[in-house]
Amino acid sequence: MAQRTSVQRPSGGGQGKICQFKLVLLGESAVGKSSLVLRFVKGQFHEYQESTIGAAFLTQTVCLDDTTVKFEIWDTAGQERYHSLAPMYYRGAQAAIVVYDITNQDTFGRAKTWVKELQRQASPNIVIALAGNKADLANKRMVEYEEAQTYAEENSLLFMETSAKTAMNVNDIFLAIAKKLPKSDNSATGSQREGMTLRPSDPTPGPAGCCK
Amino acid sequence: MDEEYDCIVLGTGLKECIISGMLSVSGKKVLHMDRNKYYGGESASITPLEDLFTKFNLPSPEETYGRTRDWNVDLIPKFLMANGQLVKLLIHTGVTRYLEFKSIEGSYVYKGNKISKVPADEKEALTSDLMGMFEKRRFKNFLVFAQDYKDDDPSTWKAIPGFDPKTTTMSAVFAHYNLDKHTIDFTGHALALYRDDDYLAKPAGDTLKRIKLYSDSLARYGKSPYLYPLYGLGELPQGFARLSAIYGGTYMLDKPIDEIVLEGGKVVGVRSGNETAKCKQVYCDPSYVPERVEKVGQVVRAICLMDHPISNTKDALSTQIIIPQKQVNRNSDIYVSLVSYTHQVAAKGWFIAMVSTTVETDNPEAEIGPGLTLLGPIKQKFVTVSPIYKPLNDGVENQIFISESYDATSHFETTCLDVLSIYRRGTGEDFDFSKVKHNLGDEDM
Repeated sequence: MAQRTSVQRPSGGGQGKICQFKLVLLGESAVGKSSLVLRFVKGQFHEYQESTIGAAFLTQTVCLDDTTVKFEIWDTAGQERYHSLAPMYYRGAQAAIVVYDITNQDTFGRAKTWVKELQRQASPNIVIALAGNKADLANKRMVEYEEAQTYAEENSLLFMETSAKTAMNVNDIFLAIAKKLPKSDNSATGSQREGMTLRPSDPTPGPAGCCK
Repeated sequence: MDEEYDCIVLGTGLKECIISGMLSVSGKKVLHMDRNKYYGGESASITPLEDLFTKFNLPSPEETYGRTRDWNVDLIPKFLMANGQLVKLLIHTGVTRYLEFKSIEGSYVYKGNKISKVPADEKEALTSDLMGMFEKRRFKNFLVFAQDYKDDDPSTWKAIPGFDPKTTTMSAVFAHYNLDKHTIDFTGHALALYRDDDYLAKPAGDTLKRIKLYSDSLARYGKSPYLYPLYGLGELPQGFARLSAIYGGTYMLDKPIDEIVLEGGKVVGVRSGNETAKCKQVYCDPSYVPERVEKVGQVVRAICLMDHPISNTKDALSTQIIIPQKQVNRNSDIYVSLVSYTHQVAAKGWFIAMVSTTVETDNPEAEIGPGLTLLGPIKQKFVTVSPIYKPLNDGVENQIFISESYDATSHFETTCLDVLSIYRRGTGEDFDFSKVKHNLGDEDM
């Protein structure tokens, strides 16, 4: 079940440094991308979660020893449905979770296509995790654990089977990603935030959120 | 796609993406399609660099151009006014969180074969090399009037006896301050950003507001009134498309549009192959409805790849230069813009300059000559002459709402006016920004 020990919400105030990373979700429609995020960020699960409307930009922090890792999580907002994700989506992403549904073999095939797409479009150092979601429906399983694990090993992906419904491995997969992300000052700020973000009547430009 | 929608939007240029976002935010069920497999249409930034060369039927770029994926080349040059309409739209819709910007370093105006910094406040006016000593003082007094001016506050009009924003012409205001024709030229063209001199005979209110927009924009982020998004202007349509998707908009790229279906003079759907999506309204750019638009002019644009900044700009890595029409015996201004590798639009050490103007002769490329000369050596030049289309009617009768082509202006103010006008024609009301829920699951923005 849920391990809340190292996830604080709404946002953990860690001592030491804070690193911010952009994490994108990918995967076929209805595999549970939004549910995973909702479970991770808010500890909630809705059996009949509607297709993604509204929530498409969430943040959550994970505390490692002396570092607070802040995830800026991008959901596809349904733009994956007709393969119409914009390059902006991949831009600057330092981590990705590619999700499939263990009860649906097609979604696993599509997950492999998304991994290829990430290798083509995203930064070469991106940390990719593969999540076999809906693990609570193991009696309807169509994708074997070993098959997915072998594929993940061959492509150097993190891999876990998850359940947004029971919270199994949800925090763990984010935590595993947090551990694998480079947290030296250079790498966390490196390619990020060179410009300024526009804010209402904010006359002083400055670099936004990064390791300080 | 055989479903029923409130609105179908065709083309993912900036205007269509903003409209799509506004419609979705307002609760409309939107289907947004593009015949291309990429976002942005005319307002896309082309990447990788070989795609730009291919577009102009040239062989692949040499290795000196660096990694071709590092290039994102705009087809239409524009900057955002820091206090302008587009920035307001970006902030109010929350789209700004997907984007990062840089301030353009310098704003220059051309006079007598050389370029000078555009003076926009009283301090700059007094040190400018554009004017003699007495003219500087007169210009300073004029600027004070323009900056304090408010449309709805007669106490700010007092400096000019008998001033009425609806009847007093701009030339009368200039005459009151006794400004010479060169000062009038750069004020009208480099501060108020008019492309021709028609404004002189019109009521002064609009011009004064434009000057105020320039100086308010300058005050916002410093070096110049202009902003530019990292990775190119093509990020803007993508950001608004994401807004539309977040509010339920459906996106389909790479979809041929074969027919806009009408019944009884009103649009009822859009056909692609043998699928037809039903709808009550269509919003599109002129390229999807060639028979419903008219050509009203042409713009010539030269994209120039260079390995150096522009001379006499203090090696600025980004800049804008305006060449007022009179300086080169024309009826419309020539615009020069420069961005560079610091904006993630070119490989390390490279610059992209654009020179553009409204076409007046049958030799458009010669018309931008004075701008090209300012650039110095150019490694590669791509010239386009694009027609400007306007819709034949306002769309209310057949419910097909068509945007105008992107004009020669150097910023997005007219783009936003067109978008707001289309939204008003289509929905019968002004866009209500309060419909954007600002904290959608987001705890700290």
